Amino acid sequence: MAKPKVATTSLCGCFGCHMSILDIDDRILKLVELVDFDKSPIDDIKEFTGPVDIGLIEGGCANEENVRVLQDFRKHCKILISVGDCAINGGIPAMRNMIPLKECLEEAYLNGPTVHNPSGKIPNDVEIPLLLNKVYPAHEVVKIDYHLPGCPPPADTIWEALVALLNNKQLDLPYELIKYD
Amino acid sequence: MSDTITLTIDGKEITAKRGQTILQAADAAGIYIPRLCAHDDLSAHGSCRVCTVMVNGRPQAACTQSVADGMIVENESDQIRNIRRNLIDMLFVEGNHFCMFCEKSGNCELQALAYRFGITAPKYPYLYPQRELDASHPDIFIDRNRCILCGRCVRASRDVDGKTVFEFVGRGAEKRVAVNAEATLRDTKIALTDKAVDVCPVGAIIIKRVGYKVPVGQRLYDHEPIGSNIEKGAKKG
Repeated sequence: MAKPKVATTSLCGCFGCHMSILDIDDRILKLVELVDFDKSPIDDIKEFTGPVDIGLIEGGCANEENVRVLQDFRKHCKILISVGDCAINGGIPAMRNMIPLKECLEEAYLNGPTVHNPSGKIPNDVEIPLLLNKVYPAHEVVKIDYHLPGCPPPADTIWEALVALLNNKQLDLPYELIKYD
Repeated sequence: MSDTITLTIDGKEITAKRGQTILQAADAAGIYIPRLCAHDDLSAHGSCRVCTVMVNGRPQAACTQSVADGMIVENESDQIRNIRRNLIDMLFVEGNHFCMFCEKSGNCELQALAYRFGITAPKYPYLYPQRELDASHPDIFIDRNRCILCGRCVRASRDVDGKTVFEFVGRGAEKRVAVNAEATLRDTKIALTDKAVDVCPVGAIIIKRVGYKVPVGQRLYDHEPIGSNIEKGAKKG
């Protein structure tokens, strides 16, 4: 029987949640026995090869590319999990949500005290994904089945969740594994 | 007429003193009723509604409702749990609660309640409101992004410190805690030792330069849910 498939991605995140996935230490050997990785930065597969059992989303949606990738994950994954505070509430990137986008860009590329930008222009290449007006949590863009909070979620939280879901058990995290920091 | 009365909470008969609130009677009986605006050393406010219980079939705030003989109180039903969970969810989405860098994380009563209720994400959309931060005072700052309008600082400053440094202004979504001064917090009589500084359940009123002093794993709510001390029958701190 084919092994269940797992896919992961980092949208507007810092890859800290992926570091936490790696932080399951030697259990990663067990994980490799349990599952195959599909699209993920871990194996560098860029596009889905087919349907996937579990998708792990790190980061919120800050630009149109994030939205496209997230929708692609929803389409391919039976179970979709928000991993970490950025996917759940926007996290640090969402601190810009209280400031108009134009002001953010002007501060970053024109007016900031350490800005060196002789062109005097805000980057606007077609190759650069268009920024959204604000950073959106994943569950405000597509349906998310489970949330694993934390910045990042402890490796044990990710492990417990994967093992439970791979064994078709209910995800019931103990008190000490739900943390927002 | 006897001073002692009996009532039931979730079918368990407890004794209480006449004049006590349901919250006080439950605390004394080792039954935890979640609360945010209520504080042992302050007058009841009844504003956060997290302590909502069913009293003889009607929702009431346990912190303001007095006990009565034969009263039937529901504290742990699915219906009550749902009401409280929704209230906690709303408090999270209507402010800007960035737990990952907040000095209060691990010691925050709002966060601890969310942990106790097993909330992994709120069910309402985030509002990301624009809120003001006042860091003018040399030792204390107010971050209104984290304020839940419980009014503990308002009551503590007025009733315990005798200074009335804080007061509510505005209505509805515009409501906020203002300082009693010409301009900012530094122009008030607030002091580090004030009760008003001590009672904030969240990270809205923070003492500068002491953040993150307690390591992760040793903070108030790292291992045991909020209310555990009451459930163990210990005097709460």
